[in-house]
Amino acid sequence: MKTYDLTEAAVRDLNQALHDQSPECVEREFEVLNPKGQHNIACGIDQNLSVDIKGHAGYFCAGMNKKAHVTIHGNVGQGVAENMMSGTVRVKGDASQAAGATAHGGLLVIEGNAGARCGISMKGVDIVVKGDVGHMSCFMGQAGSLVVCGDAGEALGDSLYEVHIYVKGTVKSLGADCIEKEMRDEHIAELTDLLNRAGVDEDPASFKRYGSARQLYNFKVDNVSAY
Amino acid sequence: MSNDSNYNGGLRESATFDRTTMDEIRRAADTGIYDIRGFGAKRKLPHFDDLLFLGASMSRYPLEGYREKCNTSVVLGDRFAKKPITLDIPITIAGMSFGALSANAKEALGRGASEVGTSTTTGDGGMTPEERGQSKKLVYQYLPSRYGMNPDDLRKADAIEVVLGQGAKPGGGGMLLGQKITDRVAQMRTLPKGIDQRSACRHPDWTGPDDLAIKILELREITDWQVPIYIKVGATRTYYDVKLAVKAGADVIVVDGMQGGTAATQDVFIEHVGIPTLAAIPQAVQALQEMGMHRKVQLIVSGGIRNGADVAKCMALGADAVAIGTAALIALGCNDPKYDEEFKKIGSAAGFYDDYQEGKDPAGISTQDPELMKRLDPVKAGHRLANYLRVLTLEAQTLARACGKNDLRNLEPEDLVALTVESAAMARVPLAGTSWVPGQGF
Repeated sequence: MKTYDLTEAAVRDLNQALHDQSPECVEREFEVLNPKGQHNIACGIDQNLSVDIKGHAGYFCAGMNKKAHVTIHGNVGQGVAENMMSGTVRVKGDASQAAGATAHGGLLVIEGNAGARCGISMKGVDIVVKGDVGHMSCFMGQAGSLVVCGDAGEALGDSLYEVHIYVKGTVKSLGADCIEKEMRDEHIAELTDLLNRAGVDEDPASFKRYGSARQLYNFKVDNVSAY
Repeated sequence: MSNDSNYNGGLRESATFDRTTMDEIRRAADTGIYDIRGFGAKRKLPHFDDLLFLGASMSRYPLEGYREKCNTSVVLGDRFAKKPITLDIPITIAGMSFGALSANAKEALGRGASEVGTSTTTGDGGMTPEERGQSKKLVYQYLPSRYGMNPDDLRKADAIEVVLGQGAKPGGGGMLLGQKITDRVAQMRTLPKGIDQRSACRHPDWTGPDDLAIKILELREITDWQVPIYIKVGATRTYYDVKLAVKAGADVIVVDGMQGGTAATQDVFIEHVGIPTLAAIPQAVQALQEMGMHRKVQLIVSGGIRNGADVAKCMALGADAVAIGTAALIALGCNDPKYDEEFKKIGSAAGFYDDYQEGKDPAGISTQDPELMKRLDPVKAGHRLANYLRVLTLEAQTLARACGKNDLRNLEPEDLVALTVESAAMARVPLAGTSWVPGQGF
């Protein structure tokens, strides 16, 4: 295992070392000490690495991740795993705004709470939040799944496209064109798989499903009041 | 008016409620929805035609037009990037998306730009292999929608342009209507075929200039600080926006005036939001100069640039390069009179066509219809664009030599005068024949 203490090394040195594994992996396990909320830690990885960040991280931690398994043993700032393509990012604490924004693939697990706009414009990622999510979560979500084991804030799924949303707790309000939908067997199966992959012990039958009513997919004068 | 069959000497048309205005009122009453169209602002605005060059005579020494060198190359992005871009000519191709444009049109833009040693730019919807393959220097736009955004393409780019806005619609997002969403466009944007694709007006994971500074650092980290990062803004509060962009860490700033084109935006937005390109340049240059960053952070200007005189005037006002969009499409064949009959069949006419959002472009440019697309030969169209870019460059060089400049970037505001009080005030150059610069306190 390679250890980077960010009180001594720069984030640039760490990220370069992670990127250097892309063409040929010579070091698969990395440990990051004393991150102290620094931004852009472990972003742009393109290799099947295991990265453990021992503390709090700032903005865009594990941004655009491909293949790697990144664990943050603390809280993270804005945009954790933004635009992730594949791999797994696990946050042991809470995540700030825009967690998993625009992410195309992979699995993002937040063991605490997530702030506003969790999963905004998500494009295929699966996100599992053990706690609550803030307002406007999954805004314009295009593809993938968002699982919320706690409560969801205002305007959940506003202007939603095709993301599957599962919430166990309460939803303060639904956004435009987001509706509650029937929980059929295939959804129970999908949710069971998501919870298992995230290592979360919850009963899938206790969740409600939300999705797009698909009424705003084409701009029509009849829908003007919804805009 | 004498050629107008409806003209009758006893009738007087209202200047306020002219026929175009009346037509729009009737259209609104018929449909209940605002007009969406492409192209750029069509209203008359103070523009580069309102400026003139002061050629050399006794007090200035000209260069020989056909013999003495006038450099046109420019280096962009040498503030932080390990690999700045060198352009042979200071005229680049602005961002236009695959989706709004056909794959053949995107390929033609790449071919034309590469033939003369300049760059082209992706757009909303990601990078196509045709475009990357034919563009020796390709700028990858980082847009709020992040359609098609991925780290592999990011690393293939020669520069990254973080788009905060565009001149046709500063403060607005975009919409690619469902009729242009083919299987390929839908797949690139991760959305179902045939639905409208909304492009957000704000980035999803940052909200202000301090956040943007961190975002730029993230992009630099992901690309290992190899390529320049541009920030593009629509021209509005340009002085402040440029200062914040420099502070956020931009290598290059792109300012797009309100004459800049769009693929599909509300007409009211195109015509009533933003400031003219002419007014934006001096604000941007002032901001850079006050920060000691003029020529260190390069300035690219776009919005209504049509000929070499426009290029030279932009550079005289302090730009390092310009970008063209609408003019490049016209060079490819957009609005070509040879398709006039077909334009009429869809309710338009050659020279007036702006319904890019409908995807029925007879010229095969702003369409995804496979049959219409075939009409645009990317090799021939690319060569036409290259020819046009050469003419712009030759014209700009001619004017620069006449002002005694051996480099386009040596042109300066002192080489210009204005024809109108408005343009003098905006461009901050004297009214022709006077030493009066309106608003400068004398």
